[in-house]
Amino acid sequence: MNYDKFLNPRIAAVPPSGIRRFFDLAATMKDTISLGVGEPDFKTPYHIRNAAIDSLVDGETQYTANRGLPELRQEIALYLNGRYSLSYDPDKQIIVTIGASEAIDLALRTLTSPGDEVLVPEPSYVSYSPGVVFAGGIAVGVETLEKDDFRLTPASLEKAITPRTKALILPYPNNPTGAVMKREDLEAIARVVTAHDLFVISDEIYSELVYDGHTHVSFAAIEGMYPRTITINGFSKAFAMTGWRVGYACGAEEIITVMNRIHQYTIMCAPRQGQVAAAAALKEGRENGYEDVLRMRNSYDRRRRLMVDAFRSMGLHCFEPYGAFYAFPSVRSTGLTSEAFCAELLKCKNVAAVPGTAFGPAGEGNIRCCYATALDKLNIALDRMAEFVKDHT
Amino acid sequence: MLICIGKKDKPMTKLETDLLDLLKEDCRISLEKLSVMTGASLEEVAATIEDMEKRRIILRYAPMINWDLTDRERVEAMIEVRVTPQRDMGFDAIARRIYCFDEVKSVFLMSGSYDLLVLVEARTLKELAAFVSGKLSPLETVTGTATSFVLKRYKEEGVIFDSGDTDRRLVISP
Repeated sequence: MNYDKFLNPRIAAVPPSGIRRFFDLAATMKDTISLGVGEPDFKTPYHIRNAAIDSLVDGETQYTANRGLPELRQEIALYLNGRYSLSYDPDKQIIVTIGASEAIDLALRTLTSPGDEVLVPEPSYVSYSPGVVFAGGIAVGVETLEKDDFRLTPASLEKAITPRTKALILPYPNNPTGAVMKREDLEAIARVVTAHDLFVISDEIYSELVYDGHTHVSFAAIEGMYPRTITINGFSKAFAMTGWRVGYACGAEEIITVMNRIHQYTIMCAPRQGQVAAAAALKEGRENGYEDVLRMRNSYDRRRRLMVDAFRSMGLHCFEPYGAFYAFPSVRSTGLTSEAFCAELLKCKNVAAVPGTAFGPAGEGNIRCCYATALDKLNIALDRMAEFVKDHT
Repeated sequence: MLICIGKKDKPMTKLETDLLDLLKEDCRISLEKLSVMTGASLEEVAATIEDMEKRRIILRYAPMINWDLTDRERVEAMIEVRVTPQRDMGFDAIARRIYCFDEVKSVFLMSGSYDLLVLVEARTLKELAAFVSGKLSPLETVTGTATSFVLKRYKEEGVIFDSGDTDRRLVISP
């Protein structure tokens, strides 16, 4: 049967994730140490799991309000206000979603009309450009460069803007580069955003994972940006709650209302136990100074330093990442492409990393390595990589 | 396993806390790696560790061994010991008297219905019984003992003994 005539050609044309190929390859190999994961190596802290267990035991298995449990939205408002000086009305300006992933999808579908261009810094998370296409828009990549510490610059932003540009996705701290944007960097972007009347989708899922004295500045807190920003965040990375699928979007009442319109018809509500657990995470975090997050962040930081030092010692140039839990070393000195390097490394040394090209063409020449890996395995993987690099230099 | 003891004399610095956290997980970790992970210089790391050793915060560096996977015969017991402190012999002195025995691996002063928790290891049940009846119970200050045997070890000092903790994450994920 010919399915082509039934398929939406625009959707069918979206290429499969570059990560998928490596996943399938790595899954066939034994004794592989993976530096290719995109999630914490911690389990969700027990007291958070316990809140969900209690909720299940109590029989709380029904739908919640579309926008999420009121107590969770209240906690989110308190969190954003306390941590990032943002003020959002929990009833009108916050929506709880199935991970930050759904929030990004809702934001894109809400803002994008056919023919609209959405700017996507590259390299960045694999889902943005396909998300723009699914929403009926045109994804326009904006290259970020190592010489700029992979920050989005006003100059490159200006160059990419056309009369059709509607919105910009701002993903910092960044996956895969680990780049962060300081206040003055964001202010410079804000000036361009204002000048061209753009809307901004700020994906801040790694906001808690910043190191070495850096503090996260939320884009909506930059002067003039609050009305034109959708702030997206969640619990996956900070609280090690990837599988729970809970995130949120905050913004102007008018925007969140329309986002909720999609959400209420397609999703109904985010998983109840995920929401209960998330609310417990924020409430207890507020009371104990986010000690779980701090503990995990300290652990990532130590491994961050170890990994970056190891790459530099083995002769790979590695930009210093101050956010997320990835390092993005350059493999150009080996003469191999990103894909070839990762494929050979996997084959010869049973170490899995992700080629930078999986995150956009601007990732060519780099690989993404995750340091959210047990220290003993991390050490072995780095030793094996050092041997591999030595053989290929 | 990192073994720490000693009176607190001053607040711990961040470097001390970081080093203890790292050494506790793997005490074979090199000074160079400790220096990289904490951001402190090699000299500072070495000096801080030496200082903590002097202050008896760090007492010993020892691996966590799962003896059940070896062919070493052994029996372990936890003994709840009730004592009567004498005029010249408080709890500390009694504990010292007990921990001097080679068979005694651990001694803790406890709150609750008994005074000292004593962990004892011997090669056989007979040897262990002989220790309790011949050496421990006869001590002047010991008024009673209750012995329980360790049947299976699941977790100790944060280390899971049985199946181990598996990484359930997808091998590659975005």
